[in-house]
Amino acid sequence: MSTPWRDEVARVAALARIDLVPEELDRLAGDLDVIVHAVAEVSRIATPDVPATSHPLPLSNVFRDDVPVTPLDRDEALAAAPEAEAGMFVVPQILGEDA
Amino acid sequence: MTTLVDYDDAVRRYDPVLGIEVHVELGTRTKMFDGAEQSFGAPPNTQITPVSLGLPGALPVLNRTAVEYAIRIGLALNCQIAQWCRFARKNYFYPDIPKNYQTSQYDEPIAFEGWVDVELEDGTTFRVEIERAHMEEDAGKNVHVGGEGGRIHGADYSLVDYNRAGVPLVEIVTKPILGAGERVPEVARAYVQTLRDMFRALGVSEARMERGNVRADVNVSLRADASAPLGTRTETKNVNSFRSIERAVRYEVSRQAGVLDAGGTVTQETRHWHEDNGTTSPGRIKSDADDYRYFPEPDLVPVEPSREWVEQIRASLPELPAARRRRLHDEWGYADAEMRDVVNAGALDLIEATVTAGVTPAAARKWWMGELARTAKEREVELEALPITPAQIGALQQLVDAGTLTDKLARQVLEGVLAGEGDPEQVVAARGLAVVSDDGPLLEAIDAALAAQPDIAAKIRGGNMGPVGAIIGAVMKATRGQADAARVRELVMQRVAEG
Repeated sequence: MSTPWRDEVARVAALARIDLVPEELDRLAGDLDVIVHAVAEVSRIATPDVPATSHPLPLSNVFRDDVPVTPLDRDEALAAAPEAEAGMFVVPQILGEDA
Repeated sequence: MTTLVDYDDAVRRYDPVLGIEVHVELGTRTKMFDGAEQSFGAPPNTQITPVSLGLPGALPVLNRTAVEYAIRIGLALNCQIAQWCRFARKNYFYPDIPKNYQTSQYDEPIAFEGWVDVELEDGTTFRVEIERAHMEEDAGKNVHVGGEGGRIHGADYSLVDYNRAGVPLVEIVTKPILGAGERVPEVARAYVQTLRDMFRALGVSEARMERGNVRADVNVSLRADASAPLGTRTETKNVNSFRSIERAVRYEVSRQAGVLDAGGTVTQETRHWHEDNGTTSPGRIKSDADDYRYFPEPDLVPVEPSREWVEQIRASLPELPAARRRRLHDEWGYADAEMRDVVNAGALDLIEATVTAGVTPAAARKWWMGELARTAKEREVELEALPITPAQIGALQQLVDAGTLTDKLARQVLEGVLAGEGDPEQVVAARGLAVVSDDGPLLEAIDAALAAQPDIAAKIRGGNMGPVGAIIGAVMKATRGQADAARVRELVMQRVAEG
């Protein structure tokens, strides 16, 4: 199914470093089209007296005290990494930006 | 290769516009969204939790103290504090950001619309308008292995330490700073310096530039004149010392003037600052990759600081540096120029502590801006790095006031303290420097001097007090400077009167 969303899906997929084959692009573009229409429907029904919901839970100001917890054990943390060296995570050569 | 235009020439023909983003690491005990401790210099990856590492299922919870610090900063910058705000995800890929997004604030910052007055070296004030101050988290640190000197180019691979990932940051963004003219480099430096001093006074950060607690991104653009629309700006990233900020702004003004003079256009881009040769070079050109796809962070609930809380924080704000300088200026009664020199020399805290130690403001200034400033210059260190404390200056001044030391002897004692010989009392004892206050040895020395210089003695006896200095000089020499010259003079007169 071809929709106006195919290019947008391709662009977001590229930004998210996800390789999509043409069939996947078509399918996701179709799905997105359905979602956009559904949201448009909600916008049509919601009148100005319906407040926008920013979060599914009616909560704010959930804070934590500034108190240290026990950290992760380093060896345990590094055990999940493909490679480690000198207590650090090894990552491939970084291209582009100088950090 | 761009030709650089002489700086003075550039600012004569173009109007420079500045914008500065300052990141400050908050000095909380733990990170922004988790309880991992944060302290400088811990071994790599020892201050991490599942939240710092962005492990699946980890849930961030906001640090109340970090929010309070952010509000403190906002209030000190005369900002409005949001009634309601949220965090957002800023999506991008980089190894130091393990979640593939930075938790930040986007269009709903905690503080906005403020200003801060910046004092320039000549004592004039320049107002910088603040656009916003928002909360976010720091990234980890990459260590590049292989290649030249740890630079990214030519590195074979990189190592990542996530201790810094999630450290609370506040980013402060100015509005375009207009009208600074040829003083843009000075304004840029003074602004960041003002913020640094403010962070320290507020107790929200140690604000140590050399540790990266405070980092500045400097935006510069040029336009034909003050009525022209803003030109294209460049953003020079991570300029992390006051001197570099000044140099980077100067360089960009000269470089952009060269581009414009040659009929070119300035490219909107981030640039890197090179401390070694004082230049900037282009980084990435803004592109599609900078589409951060911000969206509200679903794992955190909104922040709604109550007005009571905000007012409570406002009431607890300490005296800020500018107000303190004005108060001390009044209390100490220094001339404007004297006060300016004291501030520029970084002597304010030292003099205040010295005054607290019982020294008059005038005497305290004399010590720190005279002898000690000279020593600091010789040793090429900051005043506060000298191995002497305000309390020691207080003790030294007491010895002078009590008549135990003359000014000249006091300088020798000072030398001793600076040489690590201990407190002033110890130096006096060890070097035997106290004033000879017993008349006996003085009279002996006077008699010897009069006998050694019979011509002068005769003149003085004849009522000509002119050459008395020669006798006093001889006595001072004989007592190795440990006599009080005024007392010696009295005794000479007495001796002569006695016949």
